[in-house]
Amino acid sequence: MPPKALILFAHPDEDGSSAGASLLNRIEGEPDIEVRRLYDLYPDFNVDVGVEQAAWEAADVIVLQHPFYWYSSPALLKEYLDVVLEHNWAYGTEGKALAGKSLLTVTTAASQEENYRPDGYNKFPVETLLLPFEATANLCSMTYEKPVVVYDADRIEPEALKAAGEGYVQTLRHLLARRTGGEGAAQ
Amino acid sequence: MTTSFLFLATLFLGAAVIIVPLFQRLGLGSVLGYLVAGVAIAPVLRWLGADAVQISHIAEFGVVMMLFLVGLELEPKKLWRLRVPIIGIGGAQVLVTAAAMWGLGQVFGLDWRMALALGLALALSSTAIVLQTLNEKGQMATPAGQNSFSVLLFQDIAVIPILAVLPFLAHPGGFGLAGGEGHSGSSGAGHDAGGHDASGHGAGGHGGEEAIFDLTQNLSAWGQAGVSIGVIIAIIFGGRYAIRPLFRVIARTHIRELFTAVALLIVVGIAFLMGAIGLSAALGTFIAGVVLADSEYRHELESDIEPFKGLLLGLFFITVGAQINFNTLFGEPLVIFGLLAGLVVLKAVIIFGLATVARLDLSSRFTMALLLAQGGEFAFVLFGFMIAEDVLPRELTDRFTLVVALSMLLTPMLVIFNERVLQPASQSRSNPSADDVYDEGNPVIVAGFGRMGTIIIRMLQGLGVSATVLDHDPDQIDLMRRFGHRAFYGDASRLELLESAGAGSARVLIVAIDNSDKTLEIVELARRHFPHLRIVARARERRDAMTLLKAGADEVVRETFEGAVQMSQRALEFLGTRPFAARQAAQRFETYDIALMRDWARMEEQGIGEKERIERVRQATEDLANLLVEDQKSGQGGRPEGWQGSGNADER
Repeated sequence: MPPKALILFAHPDEDGSSAGASLLNRIEGEPDIEVRRLYDLYPDFNVDVGVEQAAWEAADVIVLQHPFYWYSSPALLKEYLDVVLEHNWAYGTEGKALAGKSLLTVTTAASQEENYRPDGYNKFPVETLLLPFEATANLCSMTYEKPVVVYDADRIEPEALKAAGEGYVQTLRHLLARRTGGEGAAQ
Repeated sequence: MTTSFLFLATLFLGAAVIIVPLFQRLGLGSVLGYLVAGVAIAPVLRWLGADAVQISHIAEFGVVMMLFLVGLELEPKKLWRLRVPIIGIGGAQVLVTAAAMWGLGQVFGLDWRMALALGLALALSSTAIVLQTLNEKGQMATPAGQNSFSVLLFQDIAVIPILAVLPFLAHPGGFGLAGGEGHSGSSGAGHDAGGHDASGHGAGGHGGEEAIFDLTQNLSAWGQAGVSIGVIIAIIFGGRYAIRPLFRVIARTHIRELFTAVALLIVVGIAFLMGAIGLSAALGTFIAGVVLADSEYRHELESDIEPFKGLLLGLFFITVGAQINFNTLFGEPLVIFGLLAGLVVLKAVIIFGLATVARLDLSSRFTMALLLAQGGEFAFVLFGFMIAEDVLPRELTDRFTLVVALSMLLTPMLVIFNERVLQPASQSRSNPSADDVYDEGNPVIVAGFGRMGTIIIRMLQGLGVSATVLDHDPDQIDLMRRFGHRAFYGDASRLELLESAGAGSARVLIVAIDNSDKTLEIVELARRHFPHLRIVARARERRDAMTLLKAGADEVVRETFEGAVQMSQRALEFLGTRPFAARQAAQRFETYDIALMRDWARMEEQGIGEKERIERVRQATEDLANLLVEDQKSGQGGRPEGWQGSGNADER
């Protein structure tokens, strides 16, 4: 079985989004990649824990793709992680289900990169603001990959967006290939 | 004859209607009101030549009914849980009090037999007064209430052996003329009541007087015991296997008064049966009540018997008041008041002591001591019997009859003293938690067990919330019981039924019946009588919902509303709206629509004219439409556009 990637797309307004939806469209349909649109699946925030855990177990790379709202993810993704990453499944003495898997955050920020510098009005880099996700990966014994951040998402030029999409695919391909390679090396 | 009967009835009812509400209003309780009404009409009764004692024997049937109702409240397992207080506190109370009085009587120079007989009679308290007071104050389920009830229950049972023992205490040689007079006089009055068989404890006991003698002549003691046990077993099996099917048949006829007739038949029939074999009628109906306590018709039975019980008990209290012989009182006031004080203080101290041993808190100890300190209606019965049996001379029973009646008159005042003086003082030191008080009652009452009611119950039960369910369709109830639900037959728009279903202690009432007039009736009734209840009512449509809100429902759910909103939400999804956006549009619509409805109800209440109301609603509807369309366009369900988005992030 080739390694698989699971894209958890959390956007409350997919149709009104340009960058996020465009990135997703680029990746959707690629082999070995499953997309789950959380806001379509759980409009009542009533997340099906069993189904979601099975999806995580079947994947090797888990991607959290979301717009950058108030220096974090939209509400449903937080709720999702709250209920799906159960004790003794994701972490704890018995919690080994996710050990060794990769966690990648892909986020689209409306503001420019320079605003996320110590002298910018957002003061902190996006990577720093994403620390809670890194800590989550750490507790679940997952490998936290370098986040993919698309800045200026509302005004981005079509070519730049296209390039970002290609970069997204490349990153995923690289991560999946590394796992295949890793397995091969182990044998 | 009829005229004089009607006059008597007018007199009793009139006195009650005038005086009882007055006393109730002053916070003195209905019992004291009835007693005072009796005192007030006593001169008229004497002038008429009416015999208050004789009327009181009929009225004692109220006590029998009350015990039936008490039994209905007590499921067998609850009764079993009370076995320790019944035998412990109850048994100790009778024995210790009788022994103390026996000793005291001898100190005052009474013959030991007379002292013992007096002690046994005076140890008993008034079931009628105590239970009525507990019910009125809603204290039946409190520790003080449960323990008081246990004591009273033991006393009820104890009457039977006491009646059996009394003949052995007869004064050797009798009391001559006095005794003879007793036979034809007082006992004659009792006898009449005995003739109606089992009109109360008294009559139960009295009927027993004859029956015991008959049976001891015809049967051995073992045979007599066998008959008694046989009858009790028959009551238990009859209640379990005959009465319920009978109720089902009657309920299907939908003739209300037939149901009342059956309820009365059960109580009267059992009272008769028990009287015929010489057992306490009250005990028999109590057992029948316990047997029927877990039947689906329990609440209906309660509400049928309740008015009869109330009236008869009221009559009984009036006759007690009327029997107070002020001539004896004024003839030797010091002796009478001395005896009264002695009786009440002695009983109160003993009960206080026993309650302390039973580790009740201070507040419960005070309540029990003052509540149970009076002599009871049993004493009247036993005194009559004692005269007949030459146990006590007439002048002594006359005196003590007066003392007991006065002690009953004193009880409501002691209760008030307890509430206003002792309770505030003891509250600070002991704090009974609300959970202890109400742990017996279900927090939720659901009226209506149809399509909506079943879903409600399934959900609540699934979450471990226990609910009392009422419905007026016997077949529906039968069906639901087979599925293991607890449901009761009855019309929830009747106050008595709501009361007996526990509306006094429940926290939420869900009205889920499929009849808007009835729903409104129930909501109004519940709002008026149970201000603490949160009411959730089912409405057919908007108009209905507004009426219910105005009638005092806390939450109104339109039966078709949620369903219709969900259907349009699904339709939006099929039209291509994202599920989350469709969901938000639906929620937004719901919020606006409910607010609009409440606004309308409020405007109506404020007397804002219809024209203006319609104008405002039209405006609000337009606003809502604009808002929803805008949401649709932005595709955002009202969310501010992408955070830090739309090109001018730098200015934020």
